[in-house]
Amino acid sequence: MGIPLKYNLRNLVVRKVSTAMTVLGIALVVTVFLLVMSLAEGVTRTFATSVSSLNVVILRVGAGSDVNSFVSKDQHDAISTLEGLARGDDGQQLESPEQVVLINIPKRDGKRTNVIVRGVEPVAFKIRGDSVRIVEGRMFQTGTAEAIVSTRARDRFPELRLGGTAKAGSERWTIVGIFDAAGSPYDSEVWADLHNVQEQAHRTGGFSTVVARATDTAARDRLIAAIKGDQRIKLDALPESDYFDKQTVTAAPIKILAYFVAIIMAVGASFGAMNTMYAQVSARTREIATMRALGFSRMVILVSFVLESVVLGFLGGLAGAAIAFVAVHLFLTAPTGTNNFASFSEILFNFQLTPALIVSGVVFSLAMGLFGGLFPAARAARLKIINALREA
Amino acid sequence: MADSLICIEHVSKAYRRDSLQIPVLADIDLTIDTGEFIALMGPSGSGKTTLLNLLAGIDTPTKGRITIDRRVISSMRETELARWRADHIGFIFQLYNLIPVLTAFENVELPLLLTRLSRQERQAHVRTALAIVGLSDRADHYPRQLSGGQEQRVAIARAIVADPVILVADEPTGDLDARSAGEILDLLNRLNTEHHKTIVMVTHDPRAAARAHRMLHLDKGVLSVEEPAAALDRSRDGR
Repeated sequence: MGIPLKYNLRNLVVRKVSTAMTVLGIALVVTVFLLVMSLAEGVTRTFATSVSSLNVVILRVGAGSDVNSFVSKDQHDAISTLEGLARGDDGQQLESPEQVVLINIPKRDGKRTNVIVRGVEPVAFKIRGDSVRIVEGRMFQTGTAEAIVSTRARDRFPELRLGGTAKAGSERWTIVGIFDAAGSPYDSEVWADLHNVQEQAHRTGGFSTVVARATDTAARDRLIAAIKGDQRIKLDALPESDYFDKQTVTAAPIKILAYFVAIIMAVGASFGAMNTMYAQVSARTREIATMRALGFSRMVILVSFVLESVVLGFLGGLAGAAIAFVAVHLFLTAPTGTNNFASFSEILFNFQLTPALIVSGVVFSLAMGLFGGLFPAARAARLKIINALREA
Repeated sequence: MADSLICIEHVSKAYRRDSLQIPVLADIDLTIDTGEFIALMGPSGSGKTTLLNLLAGIDTPTKGRITIDRRVISSMRETELARWRADHIGFIFQLYNLIPVLTAFENVELPLLLTRLSRQERQAHVRTALAIVGLSDRADHYPRQLSGGQEQRVAIARAIVADPVILVADEPTGDLDARSAGEILDLLNRLNTEHHKTIVMVTHDPRAAARAHRMLHLDKGVLSVEEPAAALDRSRDGR
């Protein structure tokens, strides 16, 4: 059996000020790490929320997103003749031509950014099912310049309130409803009538994209193959989930930033822990020598001091996770946005502090404790008993 | 010599400081029998503590052989020596060396954590050891809540709890007032006579040395004088 853990725990309590400072240092690192990671997680989640596995997004070959895609009317007509398209209750084929335009409008802080206005027909809502639904106000009327906005967009852009007007250049849309898109990328958008959007944007020659629903996954794959292979169509098609997956590259720089910032800060915090533990080894030299004299091996001493440092890290991890939790649930509740490099528009999302992230934050803190404790513990274990016993 | 508990043969010890070899002990020969109470005296720097450390297995000789309880400890490796110490040696230090964050009970229990005893057995041993040193009522006290004499008694309880063959004491009364010192010496005498512990004690104090069966004098690393303690006869007479 080794040295009892209570020996280490009580030592942590006895020197409460230095313990608190070290724990705080580690806690801040974990907090920053968790906050930035929950930002990245928010983006990833937004793109990962696919509406249906049967939905297919059809784009111009080489277009990264619907913003820079074009589907002509002829191509659309050809698509509607393909087999495997699902039909709604009313027998209508579930394929939705959509026109996407960007408008540049001010955020709450006054800075302007691009927002997607998506022109759709009623079939678009059937394809998205319950995942896009009105939560306030009403649906826009076909043939009018009315629009509905997502809850996140409403919270972030003052002009996009119920009764407000989304305007860019000569384009105008009156907001008559608020919709919820279940955290998907559509939650960053304004939706309006397809033909009105095409007219206002002077894009009547075709559409940006066509979103279709297949009858089943086999039909979906056949449909995708048909769209890619058909000489009349010559378009790119992919499952909606894959389409959004490709856009999660937006989260990559945030994650890199999280790791970069966290690693630099972690090195600092580890040195903090190391400093504390070195001071402890010096202060407890005679205790260590006594335990060695009693017969505790070098390895037991090493493990004991590493463990003490890991406990320090653990306390810091818990504190950091608690701070991040409070921050996300009390202060960072409003949606935030980042540029989606694929669509040149802003993608809106919420901080997502998941249990998995919290666990990774705590594991990260344990690693800091381990790294910080290793060298001081090795010094403790290497002490020569006869020299150390003479220490005052 | 073969039947002696401790057998030190031609032992020398030198420390290296930079390029200098500093001799501390020179060709020491010594045997100590089971149940003896030895006082090791000498001026500061004469090598008393070094000799004590050697036979306690926390230091190794430069030359020579140390056999204790028929095992040659001078050639043992570090880990083996640590295990041997846990089984054979009880340490009593001048400054008690109790762990400040552990209670008297927990301090005494420490050496038993190196044994295979169950929790209940450990508790029973600790209670017995504390009873022997007369501190059963102080089990839950932390070292800072005890007097110097009481701390040293806890340290003695820790030294005897695993029932080692040998107790080594380095100036056990050096930091105590006369009364507490007397109590500690009485306790050591009792451990020697009633519990048959072999005791090797380094001391500057002639009154402490007088309690021993034999007094050894070390001077400049040489075991020069060996004389029976004057007190020996008195203690045998029961006075």
